[in-house]
Amino acid sequence: MPTTDTPLGLTPGFADPVLGAQGCFRALLDAMAGPGRPQRIAGLALPPPPLSAASAAALLTLADADTPVWTDAGAVAEAWLRFHAGCPLVADPAEAVFLLVTGTPPRLATLAQGSEEEPHRSATLLVQVAGLQEGFGWHLTGPGIEHAHRLRVEGLQADFTTQWAANRAGFPRGVDVVLCAGEWLAALPRTTRIEEG
Amino acid sequence: MAVLARADAAAIATRLEHAPPLPPATRLRGPEIGLVMARGRQGGDGAPFNLGEVTVTRCSVSLPDGRIGHAYVAGRDLRQAELAAVLDAALQDPAARPALLEAVIEPLAAAQAAEAAAVAARAAATRVQFFTMQTMR
Repeated sequence: MPTTDTPLGLTPGFADPVLGAQGCFRALLDAMAGPGRPQRIAGLALPPPPLSAASAAALLTLADADTPVWTDAGAVAEAWLRFHAGCPLVADPAEAVFLLVTGTPPRLATLAQGSEEEPHRSATLLVQVAGLQEGFGWHLTGPGIEHAHRLRVEGLQADFTTQWAANRAGFPRGVDVVLCAGEWLAALPRTTRIEEG
Repeated sequence: MAVLARADAAAIATRLEHAPPLPPATRLRGPEIGLVMARGRQGGDGAPFNLGEVTVTRCSVSLPDGRIGHAYVAGRDLRQAELAAVLDAALQDPAARPALLEAVIEPLAAAQAAEAAAVAARAAATRVQFFTMQTMR
């Protein structure tokens, strides 16, 4: 095993780059189609600390040389991303297309929102949280959910739902969020309504 | 690296038999085959143009001590790219470098130089001395 405590201690990416990225992309599509339904992502054995398997695999799948990435995960993770994804890393969260947050996320309103003509030019925020649990917590409603779906997210800052309501009000502009915990991730597209339960 | 890039996998493996054993390596990326665009300039200083695509095999490995080796070699020889990457990493170790240089790199470089000299000698036999012909008239 390579050492991971030095900045140069790189770990491998997907064991099979093509199949791994395709499987992860499929899981992300399913997650976006069913908001709040956790999808399991396997295939990345050694994510660089402090990234979780799901968030590292998602960024490896989505990011490339054309997508500026912002992250607060530190030098080891940045070196890993630069090597495997080849993505430019930016210092300003507002310039990033993908953001990977391990601590407190930046305010949603400060991120790229897209424009009325091109709403797809908005940021996607990947947040690492402590846990995802179905059946408790938030009531999620909106496109992709037949009646209501319940999801409990542990370790997200308290005013997230307030920020989310403001984000939703700006539709079609706005930020999409992917919540990652361990090997699981759940998506919150900008159309989803959150009610505290 | 130039020597390893020109040597084929069998030649490198033959030399490694007489070298100190290489440390176990973890594959970071590849070995995988891809294309790179070779660019050229007419006359060395003209506008750059795309000459054509070259098949390239690349590999990156890491050793237990954290050293990382990279290799890009022309062609589609996966084994050559991996051996070159492992040697690139191992040669960064000052303790192992002299023995590896002596056992692997120097014999390969000598063989390549000898082959280049033989080709040059064959070509020299048919060389035409244009200036000499002019003055002979």
